Amino acid sequence: MPSKVENWKDEVYGNEIRDHLMEFAEQGWEAIPDDEQDAWFERFKWWGLYHQRSGQESYFMMRIGTPNGVIEPGQLEVIGEVAKEYAQGPAENPEFGDAYCDWTTRQSIQLHWIKLEDIPEIFERLESVGLSTQQACGDSWRNIVGCPVAGKDKHEHVDAWPVAQELNETFKGNDDYANLPRKWKVAITGCDEGCGQGDINDLAFEPAEKGGELGFNVRVGGGLSRKEPRLARSLDVWVPPEQAADVAHGMSALFREYGDREDRFNARIKFLVDEWGTEKMRSVLQEEFVDFELPTAGEDMRDQYTYNTGTQAGHNDHVGVTEQPDGNYYVGLNVLVGRMGADDTLELAELADEYGSGEVRLTQRQNVIVTDIAEEDLDEFLAEPLLEDYSPDPSPFMRGSIACTGTEFCSLSIVETKNRQVRYARWLRDNVDLPADHDEFHIHLSGCTASCAQPQIADVSLRGMKTRKDGEPVEALDIGLGGGLGDDPRFADWVAMRVPADEVPGAIKNLVENFKELREERAVPEGQRGRDGEAVERETFRDFVEARDEETLADLVEPEETDYEDPYMHNTKMTWYPYAEDDDMGASPAPTDGQGQPLASDD
Amino acid sequence: MTTDVHQLDDGAWISVNDAREVNVSDLWLLARSDFCGCETTDFLAEGFVEVGVDHPDIQARIAGQCIACGASGVTDWLTVGRVVDPDVGEFYGVVPESVHFPAKRTRLARPEE
Repeated sequence: MPSKVENWKDEVYGNEIRDHLMEFAEQGWEAIPDDEQDAWFERFKWWGLYHQRSGQESYFMMRIGTPNGVIEPGQLEVIGEVAKEYAQGPAENPEFGDAYCDWTTRQSIQLHWIKLEDIPEIFERLESVGLSTQQACGDSWRNIVGCPVAGKDKHEHVDAWPVAQELNETFKGNDDYANLPRKWKVAITGCDEGCGQGDINDLAFEPAEKGGELGFNVRVGGGLSRKEPRLARSLDVWVPPEQAADVAHGMSALFREYGDREDRFNARIKFLVDEWGTEKMRSVLQEEFVDFELPTAGEDMRDQYTYNTGTQAGHNDHVGVTEQPDGNYYVGLNVLVGRMGADDTLELAELADEYGSGEVRLTQRQNVIVTDIAEEDLDEFLAEPLLEDYSPDPSPFMRGSIACTGTEFCSLSIVETKNRQVRYARWLRDNVDLPADHDEFHIHLSGCTASCAQPQIADVSLRGMKTRKDGEPVEALDIGLGGGLGDDPRFADWVAMRVPADEVPGAIKNLVENFKELREERAVPEGQRGRDGEAVERETFRDFVEARDEETLADLVEPEETDYEDPYMHNTKMTWYPYAEDDDMGASPAPTDGQGQPLASDD
Repeated sequence: MTTDVHQLDDGAWISVNDAREVNVSDLWLLARSDFCGCETTDFLAEGFVEVGVDHPDIQARIAGQCIACGASGVTDWLTVGRVVDPDVGEFYGVVPESVHFPAKRTRLARPEE
């Protein structure tokens, strides 16, 4: 029997939702009949709108999809203006103020506290500069991710940006693929650093050579959610850039026809790959969904991948100053937990305009990149005051921090995340010294098993939990270690469970101290020495974890209280807003009308 | 009027008669349960896996874990609230921290169509 959501989708879904949305917006929040709210909230996702959690009724999160994270000249200013004008709620966030933008792990943008009544004006503003919320959530092609410096990187073999644009134009608003069994996440990368993170996507195109021609190998079925993480598996297919869209058509049609519409928990294609195996999936794709002979996989470049690998070499992330092939530079700026105030966003837009081409790009590590800066302007740009807060050379704990939305707005999350990770990162910066050869240390905090902060692929993985401390329930985190991507990707080992949130910084400090003390050295044979010619190599953190069993690692994580203070230990989910002066659910002003004034309760 | 129950947003909510009533992240105290070896299970609800009606009870199987021993899995059927009068449709939630007795299901989760 099709799920309830499938029945709603059968009635109204895809592009047609917009007319209804506009009508509701015109009439106001109360125009949505109570007994139709569930159905409409599910449908609104397709247009990038996600109803916020309990206590915040009538407010929405709005996601704007920016393919490959590319924010074109002129767009960032509008994003900042929309955030400042419309993304302000009834209470302020103590770290980020009253209006801000979130840069997400899928190179998109999220705004909060959006009122239904404002949506037509917001859409008009966004669309006037070519931005859209279409399919940013919901069961269809989501924002396409990839190397954020596609077309501007010396490590690139195929410029994947035109291909990403083609896929976006082909599949956004395309009725044939508007109603899939579940979300459909696609990555396409042309560089040899692996920064598209194809391994954790439903469909991935990765650079590969075949017969002297550059194109993409195809992988399917990656994803991290629900304690069921999977790495994408090779389909043994190579495709030239001009046929990538044909294979994408085929694979998403295969998912549309064969994906599970009865059980949403089993609907993602990773489960179909589990069930069928890649050989059957390839043959069904070949026989039923493409009309040309699929070449077998070419020679990939995975052994050169550095992105989020813990290798302490190559990119790992895009923070810092890098020369482009055209002699200009791109500068990656660290945005702690991906959240930037609206005023800062507007200032960044001005700087990008003044020093670069006006273009800004978003990375999957929640950071921003300003591109196209001429060498002679570089020093002046780097001296801009905004870069004191968004540094191109931050502490490893600041640059390595990723956090999801958390209980601030999300119904699924179990714990507070963004503000907590901000406090963790600052405390770790001030209290913990990494070894001198580690300028990368990734800590990903996800509020629940949905894994929006990609916790399983971090050096230190944190996942929302609860425990009791002195008999009282408190917010806690599971701690995992040693995850990362690269040629040999691996998910974190979960070694310390239900650690009270105020003991996590102490646990990380002790872990780092133990790592420094116990990491091993090895002599590097002469032929294998790197460019630095070092004769002795010491274990990286990731290698250190990989070489030890879970029990040993558990002993190295010693949770303890320190002078770190955590203001969010109580059950933040039970508040209407965790940072409000009176955070009691009963004190919520929601739902409100188009002016933000509380509406009378039905009771 | 029949009582309409479903889970929403990847199992974050149980919706009863199209109102979001029960959310994840509460602690539920389970007794006489074979979920884990603890005398009572201090159970963190992480996601609603199945929902159903056994009039007047609204029931669910919940994915989560015992925060005392760490055992994780899916509970048997738990009563999360009641709709006493289906014609009125009003939902009365149980208090998660009080003691609950998960049960194997003996009747259908949904009435036969």
